[in-house]
Formats: sequence, structure tokens, C-alpha cells
Amino acid sequence: MRQIDSILYRSSQVSCAQAIEKAAEMIFSLCAFTAVGAVFSITLYMIANGVPAVFQAGVKEILFTTVWQPTATEPSFGILYVILTSIIGTFLAVLLGVPVGILAAVFLAEVAPRRLAAVVRPAVELLAGIPSVIYGVLGMMILNPLMYRLEQRIFADSQTHQFTGGANLLSAVFVLALMILPTVINISEAALLAVPPELKASSLALGASPVQTIFQVTIPAARSGILAAVVLGVGRAVGEAMAISLVSGNSVNLPLPFHSVRFLTTAIVSEMGYAGGLHRQVLFTIGLVLFVFIMIINGILSSILKGEKRG
Amino acid sequence: MPQIKIRTDKLNLYYGANHALKDITLSIRSHAVTALIGPSGCGKSTFLKTLNRMNDLTDGVRITGKVYLDGADIYHPGVDVMALRKQVGMVFQQPNPFPMSIYDNIAYGPRIHGIKGKERLDEIVERSLRQAAIWEETGDRLHKPALGLSGGQKQRLCIARALAVGPEVLLMDEPTSALDPVSTLKVEELIGQLKRKYTIVIVTHNMQQAARVSDETAFFLMGEVVEFASTDRLFAQPADRKTLEYITGKFG
Repeated sequence: MRQIDSILYRSSQVSCAQAIEKAAEMIFSLCAFTAVGAVFSITLYMIANGVPAVFQAGVKEILFTTVWQPTATEPSFGILYVILTSIIGTFLAVLLGVPVGILAAVFLAEVAPRRLAAVVRPAVELLAGIPSVIYGVLGMMILNPLMYRLEQRIFADSQTHQFTGGANLLSAVFVLALMILPTVINISEAALLAVPPELKASSLALGASPVQTIFQVTIPAARSGILAAVVLGVGRAVGEAMAISLVSGNSVNLPLPFHSVRFLTTAIVSEMGYAGGLHRQVLFTIGLVLFVFIMIINGILSSILKGEKRG
Repeated sequence: MPQIKIRTDKLNLYYGANHALKDITLSIRSHAVTALIGPSGCGKSTFLKTLNRMNDLTDGVRITGKVYLDGADIYHPGVDVMALRKQVGMVFQQPNPFPMSIYDNIAYGPRIHGIKGKERLDEIVERSLRQAAIWEETGDRLHKPALGLSGGQKQRLCIARALAVGPEVLLMDEPTSALDPVSTLKVEELIGQLKRKYTIVIVTHNMQQAARVSDETAFFLMGEVVEFASTDRLFAQPADRKTLEYITGKFG
């Protein structure tokens, strides 16, 4: 009798447990679909809001002309300089930040004594955690005045140069280069640490020096991970707005080092607040362009990661 | 009197507080195959790695005693470790070609040591692959990735890679334990051919392998050499009871 009781008791417990399992599964699915749903609706929203301006103002006029006068009586919406600024600014920042980041990762993964790495690694993580507005403020207070001095020296005899007070493309590039460092360092370091130790040992056993081994075996073996780090760094640089809006001067110009420039992101940040009508719609088109850039970067990243799995 | 290539004299090795090798005194004959056998953790691989100073890479390793290569102490402070490793090559347990072409795998070592001309490198690559008995299988696809080879081919490629820098001694750390029986046989045949030119020291788990390929065998136990003799003698008439128990499978 007691045995039957206990079985009955257990079976009711089982059905209760099953209900909990079901509910938990549903909650997990719901959470996952929130993320997917958000991506999906953002994509739709950006297309729905970004495309109409293209029909109204013309693809060519928006993407391939350079005059940005959205509030003039005869408004013109050329964002070519803005697009070029984002591309060139990102490219230069990556050019500067990636080698430093990779070498820092090599230092952490291969060279640094364990205790030193234990000090440097949290510092790098902290760098990633600093809010971007802080980077912007520091850039404004420290970098811009230095740039201004440099500008004054270089363009002392120039009749045509428009002085920017140091808020220029170069400042933005330096800030961006610094901001992508943690991404590049962390992911490259993980890639370097994943290289089988026997591979390095084989190189050393052939009489290669540690530095030869790093550059000729370890880094090539980690190359797809390092490439992923670079691509993620590019993504971070392309999408950054707050810091560079404070240091880049923010007027639409051809992206030359000492020009005050406007990026895709900073264009939206600085005008969305007051823009209306077609102007507002073109800002959404800018957002769409940015969105396409990020999609391309993600596409590249996932193809790299797929290639890594296959390799 | 056979020529001695490597001699250790009261070699002791400590991992921190762990005394891993105890007073190892051994003489390794030139142009012969010396097998190191013993149960896991007995120190045979650690001993092997002292011969090309790969233990230098491990933190907390301390060594006392001497290791002589051709009469010269390889732990002397003036020794160029990279030159030493060029002379004393190594093949590891896991076949681990670099993620590059077959050609570049072989040319890697010579290039590191400053050999540049294409003709010279071509010649070294072909000779090394022939010596490692893998030229027939790879000669027509030298520029394909080495990672596409089978496990046994990879291991022979690694042997070729080690030979390419022109070593005199080849250290092999359980070179067939990750291979199938057919590939194992090929590598064993290869070892038999290579000993004409090289001095070979092989760590193996497999006593049949030691018996098949080696001329002399050292039996390691708990960081000590229990017995060191010609392979025939050690397997036929072990002098030590522990050796007898090990080779008859009583433990290990």
C-alpha cells in the first residue's frame, strides 16, 4: 500500500516537472525570438524609412554628389563626403589600431610573463568598458589642442586652409584606433592561444627563435581568428558615433587629415533632433547605408568563421 | 668500441618540487637506435626533451648534471640553443605539420637558417622527402596544403621536416602512437633506414616496437634508469626483476 502511494505521489510530481520543462522551453524560445524579431523589424523599419528619400531625391543625388545643404531653400542631399569619411576614417583607424592590437595580443599570449599578463589583460578589458563619450571628451580636451598646434604649424603659410581648432579627421582616427584596440586584442589573443602548443614546439625544435616562431608559425596559424578580430574592429569603428562626434569637427568636407569631417553616424546624431520632412528621410537613408555596411561586415565575418571551421 | 654521440652524467631534473629525473647516466651510441621504454610518467619523454633543451620552454624546470653532445656540454651557458636544436631534431607524438604547403613545411627550417635560393631549397625538399620515404606520395603535389595528407603521411612529412635542417640526432617522442598499424609499420621501416645516417633516440610505449626497431633499450621507472642494455639482451635476459615484470606485462 505504501509503495503504491509513493508511485502515485511520484507520478504527480513527474507531470508537474514536465510542465515546468515545457514552460522553461517556451520562455527560452520567446527570448530567442525577441532578438530575432528585433533584428527583423529593425531591418524592415530601416528599409521602409530609408528608401522613400532615395526615390524623392534620387539615388545619384544622394550617394554620388557632395553638397550637403538639407535646410537651404534649394536643398541638396549629397552624402558622398559623409560616406567617404566613414570609409576612410575607418580604414585609417584600422590601419593604425590593428597592428598595435595584434602585437599587444602577441605580447599577452606569447611573450609576457604570466604575472605581467595578469595585470595587462584587465587593463585591456577596462579599456573596452570605458563609455565612448569619455573617449570623446578626452579626445576633445587632450588630442584636439595638440592637433591644433600641429595644424597651425603645417598650415602657417596657407591662404586657403580652414582652421578647425584641431577637430578633424586625424583626431577621429586616433580616437577610433584606440577604441578598437580591446576588440582586436581580445579576439586576436584568443586566436593565438588556440594555436596548438605542439606547432610552436615543432618550430622551436627546428632551431627557430621564439620571434621567428611567432611571426612565421603562430600568427599564420591563428590567421582566421585574427582576421575575425580585424573585421569586428572595423565594425566597431564604422558604428561608433559619440566619441567621434566630439572630436571630428562635424562639418561635411572631403575627408583629408586636417579637415573637419562628418561620419555617417555623426551625421545622424547631430541632425536627427531637428530634421523634418525629406531631410529627416535622408537621415534614415544614411542610416540605411550604415546598416548595409554593417551587414557586409557581418557577412565577411561569418564567411571567415565558416572557412575556419572547414579549414 | 662504438662511438658515443650523447652522454649524460648524473642528470637530474626538477619540476618545481617534483624530482622527475634522478641521476641519469647514459651513453647513446652513434648511428644506432636507442629506445626509451617505461610506464607513463616514468620520465622517458622528459629525458628525451633534455637532449635538445626543449624543457627550457617549461616554467619551473631546474636541471643539474651534464649532457654531452659529441663531448660538448649542451647546458653550458655559452651554447646557442637554436644551433643545438638544428643539430638535434625532434619528431613529436601528434603529427603536426604547419598550416602551409608541403613544400613550405619542409623549406621552413632551411629558410629559418638562412638558406634562400630556389634551386637549393628545391633540392633540400626533394632529398628530405625521399629520405622520409614520402616523395612518391607528395612529389606531384608539393604546393598543396600539408593538412590534406593522411595521419601517417603527416608524420613522415614531419620527419622530413626535421631532416631538412640537416640534424645529426633525431629524437622521436612516441612517433607512432597516433598512427594506424600500416602507417606505424612504414615509420618503423623508415627508422631502420635512417639510422645509417642519424643517431636516433625513440620514446615508445610499445615494447614490440622497441624490440623491432632499436639496438639498445633503456628502461625508465619513476625517474630512474632501471636497466640499460642492448635490446636483444634486455628483452631476452633482463637483469633486473622490475624490467622482467614490465616487459612481461605485470605492470605498466
